[in-house]
Amino acid sequence: MIEFQAVTKRYPDGTVAVDSLDLTVEDGRITVFVGPSGCGKTTSLRMINRMIDPTSGTILLNGKDIRESDPPLLRRGIGYVIQHAGLFPHRTVLDNVATVPLLSGVDKRTARSRAAELMELVGLPSTMAKRYPAQLSGGQQQRVGVARALAADPPVLLMDEPFSAVDPIVRDDLQQQLLRLQSELDKTIVFVTHDIDEAIKLGDRVAVFRVGGRLAQYDSPSALLAKPADDFVSSFVGRDRGYRALGFLTATGIPVGEVATVRAGDAPERAREALVDGWAVVVDEQNRPLGWVSADLLSTMDKSVDTEALVSGGSLFEVDSSAGGTAGSLRNALDAALSSPAAVGIAVDGTGAVVGGVTADTVLSALADARSSGEVPG
Amino acid sequence: MDQGRPGGEGVNSAFNWLFDPDHWSGPTGFPARILEHLGYTGLSVLIAALIAVPVGAVIGHTGRGTFLVAGLSNGLRALPELGLLTLLVLLTYVGLLPVVVSLVVLALPPVLAGTYAGVRNVDRSVVDAARGMGMRGPSVLWRVELPNALPLIVGGIRSATLQVIATATIAAYVSLGGLGRFVIDGNNAGPGSPDGYPQMAAGAVAVAALALTVEGVLALAQRLVVSPGLRATNLVGKNT
Ligand SMILES: Nc1ncnc2c1ncn2[C@@H]1O[C@H](COP(=O)(O)OP(=O)(O)OP(=O)(O)O)[C@@H](O)[C@H]1O
Ligand SMILES: [Mg+2]
Repeated sequence: MIEFQAVTKRYPDGTVAVDSLDLTVEDGRITVFVGPSGCGKTTSLRMINRMIDPTSGTILLNGKDIRESDPPLLRRGIGYVIQHAGLFPHRTVLDNVATVPLLSGVDKRTARSRAAELMELVGLPSTMAKRYPAQLSGGQQQRVGVARALAADPPVLLMDEPFSAVDPIVRDDLQQQLLRLQSELDKTIVFVTHDIDEAIKLGDRVAVFRVGGRLAQYDSPSALLAKPADDFVSSFVGRDRGYRALGFLTATGIPVGEVATVRAGDAPERAREALVDGWAVVVDEQNRPLGWVSADLLSTMDKSVDTEALVSGGSLFEVDSSAGGTAGSLRNALDAALSSPAAVGIAVDGTGAVVGGVTADTVLSALADARSSGEVPG
Repeated sequence: MDQGRPGGEGVNSAFNWLFDPDHWSGPTGFPARILEHLGYTGLSVLIAALIAVPVGAVIGHTGRGTFLVAGLSNGLRALPELGLLTLLVLLTYVGLLPVVVSLVVLALPPVLAGTYAGVRNVDRSVVDAARGMGMRGPSVLWRVELPNALPLIVGGIRSATLQVIATATIAAYVSLGGLGRFVIDGNNAGPGSPDGYPQMAAGAVAVAALALTVEGVLALAQRLVVSPGLRATNLVGKNT
């Protein structure tokens, strides 16, 4: 547990970066600090590992005042990941990852084999071990940065905008990976970002800062979206917050209707009979969706349903099933419906097989039910 | 008179003098003079490096005393080596010490500036990460800043070495050895003498050849001591 107690940081030039911060970071959770540029996120984060010392106030790590610890020793027990990774250019990837174990006196062999395990954990192929940072892409460098921070297995991990310098697809990948790692490792993670979407995606708890270093709201992501504390938070959280809030409501139990399916390779005449409202999902042998076909399209096919010519489908909505799939959210369900050419979202089970369809109407009435039963705050 | 002019017979006679087997043996031959020359150079550069690398590294690491780097470099560069040598000889005595002191003074600025700039220019986020991972100050300097500064440190040493090799000819002014002997003795022999202009020119050519050779050796050494990770441009695409 990390506790900020009335922590203030005033820089020598008079700038108050953090103003009387009271906040508790829970163990085993991802806590995100988010806010506009210059609001004191980095300063707050760096006070935890004493890269910056507060002007006043106290920070407790597991109940102990961090001022009592020797900074280098304190830092070896706290993983630290920064924006451009800050990898050592003169060391190979493997030796970069082995840095902290070596500092803590582990012998070279053990440190390197530990580093190799970490590389695997963050999804870096072992062929990259002998490369130098300059030979990696930005996303790969960030993975190395995360592996390096985890190498000594610290209980706490501080991450300062670690994914902000990579493209959206790689960022999404890295975010998914962080969530996966966290579900295995249960670290206490403090994550800084200025991107509210990232905060909501990753955070168990989100602290919104306003300029001047004041905490505006500290809440769970769903509460933040549903009940912003004031105008600043609500404008920062953004315009789509109603839609995004759907991401926190499970769609388990919403009615999944029938959906017309035809098998790839079927005769067009047979397929025509199966259409519902002029559309049908084309599936493969395993009943997995390949795309949509319409009456118009069928008239251009003479022998069989041609998989090359299909209208591509929208996003898929995964429903909870005995096969082990996870329940999708109302947001997934709604998006599946909205992005489908036939206005019917394809619901699939854990194996990816089509089990039915959902419409926007079903999702909205499920939302209305949730509201009336008090599940949705607000 | 012909010998006073460069080109034609003058150059030929210089090369004849240079490659005359008689001038390649004994204590006054080229091999012995080259060794002496390398000795003065090596000693001076070594002493300069032992002073300038630690000082430059500490100033670069702490950021304190930066004014010293600029001040010292410019101040020392302004000193005329020959004047300094003469002064030192007058003040002390004829011998190795004043020569080496003059050459060290010459070698200090490039090594100091190279080391300081090398350490200072290490990416701040790399240094920040090193501290954030729990390295203490000396570790940061030794394991992160210096290895990354090596290209500029070695660069400083290389340019110091070149200047010292060229200038070490002044040792001969105070009756020491080295390749400067040929230049001074040739000059003293006067025009018209077979050991005059040809010997001078041969000495000058030998200094230039020695400088180029040493430069080549140092360039190779640089490749060996600098991490391949710092030659990133050569590496990108390889192994991928
Ligand atoms: N060393 C410093 N000296 C003086 N002022 C500083 C210093 N470091 C930061 N500040 C100021 O403190 C305030 C908070 O800075 P901080 O880096 O914590 O912001 P941030 O929330 O991380 O911003 P960003 O999203 O841009 O990274 C800013 O106004 C900044 O200009
Ligand atoms: Mg910041």
